[in-house]
Amino acid sequence: MLKDITIGQFFPGDSPIHRLDPRTKIVLTTIYVVMLFAARNPLSLLVGVVFLVVVYPLSRLPLSLVLRSLRPIVPIVLLTAVLNMFFIDGEVKLVEWHFISISQRGVMMAVLMAVRIICLIAGTSLLTYTTSPITLTDGIERLFSPLKKIKVPVHEVAMMMTIALRFIPTLVEETDKIMSAQKARGADMESGGVMQRIRALVPILIPLFVSAFRRADDLALAMECRCYHGGEGRTRMRQMKLGAVDVWGSLLMALCFGGIIAANILGAGMVQL
Amino acid sequence: MPIIKTTGLSHTYSGGTVFEKAAIEDVDLHIERGEYVGVIGHTGSGKSTLVQHLNGLLKPTDGKVYIDGVDIWAEPKKIRDIRFQVGLVFQYPEYQLFEETVYRDIAFGPKNMGLSEDEVDKQVRQAAAFVGLRDRHMEKSPFELSGGQKRRVAIAGVIAMNPKVLILDEPTAGLDPRGRDKILGEIREYHQQQENTVLLVSHSMEDIARYATKVLVMNKSKVFLYDTVEAVFNHAAEIEQMGLAVPQITKICMGLAERGYPISPNTYTVEDAKRQLTEFLGGKGRGE
Repeated sequence: MLKDITIGQFFPGDSPIHRLDPRTKIVLTTIYVVMLFAARNPLSLLVGVVFLVVVYPLSRLPLSLVLRSLRPIVPIVLLTAVLNMFFIDGEVKLVEWHFISISQRGVMMAVLMAVRIICLIAGTSLLTYTTSPITLTDGIERLFSPLKKIKVPVHEVAMMMTIALRFIPTLVEETDKIMSAQKARGADMESGGVMQRIRALVPILIPLFVSAFRRADDLALAMECRCYHGGEGRTRMRQMKLGAVDVWGSLLMALCFGGIIAANILGAGMVQL
Repeated sequence: MPIIKTTGLSHTYSGGTVFEKAAIEDVDLHIERGEYVGVIGHTGSGKSTLVQHLNGLLKPTDGKVYIDGVDIWAEPKKIRDIRFQVGLVFQYPEYQLFEETVYRDIAFGPKNMGLSEDEVDKQVRQAAAFVGLRDRHMEKSPFELSGGQKRRVAIAGVIAMNPKVLILDEPTAGLDPRGRDKILGEIREYHQQQENTVLLVSHSMEDIARYATKVLVMNKSKVFLYDTVEAVFNHAAEIEQMGLAVPQITKICMGLAERGYPISPNTYTVEDAKRQLTEFLGGKGRGE
């Protein structure tokens, strides 16, 4: 049921990818995304695919997991592919029937777009799979800390994200409990029309809100008791340090980036995206 | 015919994944009508999982549950009817209150049963009376009440469905001693007047020894014992090994009996011990 929902799935491990500094990982992932859009032809996209094929085994995540994460995007990939196939015009026609016309170029584009989207999702999922949400927000906070100079409340936003992430499982559990309690009193959530179903949510939402407010109050009090007063002068228990693995990671990414630029030039004669 | 019967009841959480965990294994139970059963066991021994099977909130991975001779999962669409027959009060039930007034919150269950206005009113008032809520409470918002009162409203919300079996999962957790005695007293009164079956999940052997007629001891996902209070406490050593304590007063009386004093080792309440001790001391004559 609700327990099966996982958000920002993180799979703990001790691979080189897990050990990368979160800042490096965020930056590298961003570069990878930019790179995918910079790839202009099949050859350079292939470089992007090869990069994933090299990096994923390094993370030691089970293959089934990777495939499962791709399942929800199948409809989007198919839709994009189909749209591309039908609406991109080319000189060589494969099918022409009434208003439907499929060109060779259209088919190529459809495949390339699909590959690009899959790489995009697989590449960014690698970040959330190998970085715990807390480390991730820490990394974001550090990366954006220069913005503090122009009065952007970076620390507060990061703290809010951390707390929100921390409370997702708690609130899911709470919802589960309240649902069971109301079901035990005969609440019917599985039948009836739309209005009836919406009304059936009231006995769950009200207690959930009440308890969320209560928890927020308690948490604020507990934080104040431990002298929390915002980010100023706050030190960290876990200092983020760049290490050898970050250097290697960056080098690999640089290599890949160079590869894509080279492939863009080399494959100038191929189908262009 | 037992009111509650389970055969080979097992439940595994997250079956088929690495997180697989058996919460209860192979539970065979026969609980007779009118019994007041104390359910005891360690945190994680499967107590809560077990009771959630009895009203069909959880579906067994294996085995069957019969209520009043009926296999509750024979017709999955009618599982709601089972929930009206087996009322379950969760831990910290005050967090499930949601209505604008106490009256309407208690009426939630009976209304779901599809009873007429008059019947709902009758059952709500009856349930409120059992837990000592007065008319002046009924039109208040449940959120204005004190913690103990909120909990009594939540318990009334389940009693109002007039279930054949009433299950309470640690109804006294977090209450002060007076609140605890009050709630347990009210439940006993309800049990005696309605003559239905009550299951009380508790950590406190004292409470169970005092109120229950039978004890169900859960250990490591299995039923360790289901017997009368006396028979169960005869296994005091094993129970203590599980990390559960027999009531303090029982331990004292057992110690005294061991040392040759004429005190019954099967003493579970302070009152009973006091009676025996005064008898013993009085009989001996204090002036010697």
